[in-house]
Amino acid sequence: MSADTTVDNSATDDNHGDGETRRDFLYLTAAAFGAVGAASFAWPLVDQMNPAADTLALSSTEVDLSPIEEGQAITVVWRGKPVFIRHRTAKEIEEAQAVDVADLRDPETDGDRVHEGQEKWLVMVGICTHLGCVPLGQKNTDVKGEYDGWFCPCHGSHYDSSGRIRKGPAPKNLGVPEYSFVTDTTIKIG
Amino acid sequence: MSSGNREKLNNPMMEWVDSRLPIFSLLQKEYGVFPTPKNFNYLWNFGAIAMVMLVMMIVTGIVLAMSYATTTAEAFNSVERIMRDVNHGWMLRYIHANGSSFFFIAVYIHIFRGMYYGSYKQPRELLWILGVLIFLLMMATAFMGYVLPWGQMSFWGATVITNLFSAIPLVGDSIVTLLWGGFSIDNPTLNRFFSLHYLFPFLIVAVVFLHVWALHVTGSNNPLGIEPKGKQDTLPFHPYYTMKDSFGVVVFLVIFAGFTFFAPNYLGHPDNYIPADPLVTPTHIVPEWYFLPFYAILRAITFDIGIPLTSIVFIPAKLGGVLMMFGSIAMLFILPFLDKHPVRSACFRPWYKMALIIFVVDVFILGICGGKPAEGLWVPLAQFCTAYYFAFFLVIIPFLNKKEPVLALPNSINEAVLNKKVA
Repeated sequence: MSADTTVDNSATDDNHGDGETRRDFLYLTAAAFGAVGAASFAWPLVDQMNPAADTLALSSTEVDLSPIEEGQAITVVWRGKPVFIRHRTAKEIEEAQAVDVADLRDPETDGDRVHEGQEKWLVMVGICTHLGCVPLGQKNTDVKGEYDGWFCPCHGSHYDSSGRIRKGPAPKNLGVPEYSFVTDTTIKIG
Repeated sequence: MSSGNREKLNNPMMEWVDSRLPIFSLLQKEYGVFPTPKNFNYLWNFGAIAMVMLVMMIVTGIVLAMSYATTTAEAFNSVERIMRDVNHGWMLRYIHANGSSFFFIAVYIHIFRGMYYGSYKQPRELLWILGVLIFLLMMATAFMGYVLPWGQMSFWGATVITNLFSAIPLVGDSIVTLLWGGFSIDNPTLNRFFSLHYLFPFLIVAVVFLHVWALHVTGSNNPLGIEPKGKQDTLPFHPYYTMKDSFGVVVFLVIFAGFTFFAPNYLGHPDNYIPADPLVTPTHIVPEWYFLPFYAILRAITFDIGIPLTSIVFIPAKLGGVLMMFGSIAMLFILPFLDKHPVRSACFRPWYKMALIIFVVDVFILGICGGKPAEGLWVPLAQFCTAYYFAFFLVIIPFLNKKEPVLALPNSINEAVLNKKVA
């Protein structure tokens, strides 16, 4: 549209009786510059709320797994979030593998959620995918929900022994962070 | 804002000011002689009461900020220091904490008054919408203020509420990160909440100004819901309603003082006297009482919405709950356009009156559900009450528009008032 107006404008430039198109063009460009200027100033104001460089620089966390006995679980902090590390029992692994994936709300096999050959270690971000509470189930005395895993007391989500959502309002399985085995008994999260 | 034809004032000092900025003329016109329907009942006090509470919250908030520390390491302790060491700090904090509850009590009654007497109807739609906007700003302010003491409920309430935004498709997680300024609720979050908690009350003041301005354009509604026809139907605002409002404010403040001094923690949660711990969720997270009905609506949606008998889901349960919760406020925004019945006051609308009373009971039950764990019978009860909440706005009111008979209204406020005296 502005291209049209400029063409028009040059054609009628000598015609002093008809300054309309030139004036319109100037209004439009002035308003456009103003809008772009305002937006380019608004962005820093919004973006300053995003994580700052020092927050982003939070390093990865190394965890020594050797003291965790079978059936025990520990919680470590990574990026300000709790990470659940569970040394699963054979029964728990079996339960997790026996589930028919088609029945799940967020279908994932148990194998997708652990490292091959290290099925006994389940590592997950311990934050309920509903509204961010920390589910119970880390301690032996905790309520573990109806699927022998974790139970979120806030709004009643039940997770199974693979951390998959089975019942309740949460939409997704407990998240598995990126981690790797540095040695057989040490993992590096992040 | 011009005062029209100004009359000369006797005091030369006031006249000097008034001729340059007609502030005294404006006050005289809008609060002195302002014609006000003469049949107000005590429900008409709550606008003034809410205004008093707003001022009280701002004044106590500003002085509390002088002793508050905005870091996660110090926030909890600085609040305890206010309670123990700062002169009168305990009282100022208890006034501020209980003041938010009483501000909401006043505003809820004010909203009920508007719904009962049809104050939202033509020509007061914009007045009502500005009011709902104030309510929304109040909720945001109260939520952020509750985070500042950095107790367990502060932390986990903030976690739950900010996580609501993660339900938004595609951009949800980015929005949550933006709100937090990190990967969890932490120091940056506390800082921005403090900044905004300080800002929002002044936005509320600005919208209250527009709200009152709009009120002074249309004039007040009244219990009969008919417009004043002349001088015989109205009284000058001063001294009649300055006096009646003052009386109501004093009674309200007596009750408020009762809570503040004798049961200052009755409306709060003991868990918020435990410092925030990101690794331990309290067994039972509940928001402040004034959010409970909306919290119950949020939790009532426990099912995905999609094509039955397939795995196709349009709206997952979490998004559904969030949409319903915000939708419940949206209902208030559009109420003036849903209710087309020509009669304003529920006094002359027996059907609407019945539906509204059930609605109020419904909201109370939702409040109770919101305070209970989301299990057992509380879930279907909350679902049923949520259904009525929306049906009231979207089914019953439109139905009554067409079906509810229009009763004969009194000829004038004056006539109705005089007849009542005789009877």
